[in-house]
Amino acid sequence: MMNSRTMRILQATASMLALAALWQILSAVFPHFLFPPVPDIISRTIEILITGSLLADVLLTAWRIFGGLFGAFILGGVLALAIGQSKTAENFIAPVLTFFQGIPALSWVVFAIIWFNGIEFRVLFIMVMTTLPAFTFQILDAFRSMSKDLFEMTMSFRPSRWTLFRFLIVPTIVPGILTAWKVNLGNAARVVVVAELVGATGGVGYELLRQQQLFDMAGAMAWTLQLVLFVLIVQQTINAIEAYALRYRAVSERAM
Amino acid sequence: MAAAEPVISFKDVSKTFRRPDGRGDFIAMDRLSFTVGKGEIVAVLGKTGCGKSTMFNIVAGLIEPTSGEARVVGHDPFHEFDFFRGKIGIVFQNDRLMPWRSALDNVRLGLQILDREPKQAEETARAWLKRLGLSGHEHDYPHALSGGMRQRVSIARAFAVDPEILLCDEPFSSLDEMTARDLRAEFVRLVRQNDKTAVFITHQINEAMEIGDRVMVFHRPARIAYEAHLAGTSEADRRKVQEEIMRVLAVEQPSA
Repeated sequence: MMNSRTMRILQATASMLALAALWQILSAVFPHFLFPPVPDIISRTIEILITGSLLADVLLTAWRIFGGLFGAFILGGVLALAIGQSKTAENFIAPVLTFFQGIPALSWVVFAIIWFNGIEFRVLFIMVMTTLPAFTFQILDAFRSMSKDLFEMTMSFRPSRWTLFRFLIVPTIVPGILTAWKVNLGNAARVVVVAELVGATGGVGYELLRQQQLFDMAGAMAWTLQLVLFVLIVQQTINAIEAYALRYRAVSERAM
Repeated sequence: MAAAEPVISFKDVSKTFRRPDGRGDFIAMDRLSFTVGKGEIVAVLGKTGCGKSTMFNIVAGLIEPTSGEARVVGHDPFHEFDFFRGKIGIVFQNDRLMPWRSALDNVRLGLQILDREPKQAEETARAWLKRLGLSGHEHDYPHALSGGMRQRVSIARAFAVDPEILLCDEPFSSLDEMTARDLRAEFVRLVRQNDKTAVFITHQINEAMEIGDRVMVFHRPARIAYEAHLAGTSEADRRKVQEEIMRVLAVEQPSA
């Protein structure tokens, strides 16, 4: 009897192979500049991975995603804890973050290009501003879901604020933090491409712009796949961290 | 067992809560006065909503009296909160175990908060788990333990810090009678062996009679309606006390 994990992997592989087969059929029907054959896309993808100068662009984008997410995570964590502990802080900060949430990513790109000269700072600014509200509200939700019972139990031992933070608050918000990273990773990957497309001279977004100018669909697909691969690898890494960090959770056999 | 120096003393203590729906105030405790001597086990009995838990929370320093004077070992438990580090152990109605900590780490929690030497803290935690019949379950997470086992872990956690005073808020009410009876006997043995002072809240007459050196029956809002010493009394006297408690509890009281 096949176990559920193997079954899941086989089903996912089958669906991806079906998608590739459909693309291959389209490439046989339409001109190759619209739907290049799958082998061409794969060879271009591998070429990017093994060519140092091209791989550098992928790594630059990865660094920008991580830098932006990490900055938003730290800032969001501080804001969430401030809001969680002070109604006044909430009254001041929450409306601003809600306002920021309504600003499209492309607007932040335009603001960054007008306000700043340095490309890296521009991208970092865009990444932080677009992911900050989500990080803050997700960490805040996790903080607010802290059990009153566990809080009172911990307080009965009279911990210092730092001890309370380490022993109760951090473990309480870890699931929320991991969810926030997973959700924001996808957003960040989309935003960074827009930021690089408009306001950078390197990275996956910039390379996509070049492929568009060259009308090179295989190249565009290959650069897109770099980003997808990157997101998948990081998602799996976060999943592995989550499985380890939340190993204490009971899982119903029905849910397996 | 009247003690010369009370460990816990309440003098005309009242507590009023504001109703969350804005329907004025709710008097939970009305000029309650009593003392608990060193080494005494006092069982507090009363109907649901009679203010037992309010008294418990005032002794634990978790809430502040509205008026009157509450003292624990001569100090104000609310305003001198940190003075009581390691002096009060609490066993709550539900086990309040941290789900992300193993049984051993849950017992070790108080010792870690009190900055006890790590190796010694682990030995102490292991010893308490062993005393409570949980050897072999040190690394089990709470979800893998039965209700009785989890409550044993919470008792071990309270005893491990070697507190002077133990506060228990209906700790066995959610367990089956057989398990509860075993744990009650174990609890009394541990309190006596370790020369602790204990306040044990319950709504079960049999439990109060089995555990307490003295029984206090509360009427709503929290005030003593009946009090009896049980230590050293004959079986006939205990029956009379039990009948009197039943009579007192049967009296109609204002709703909470």
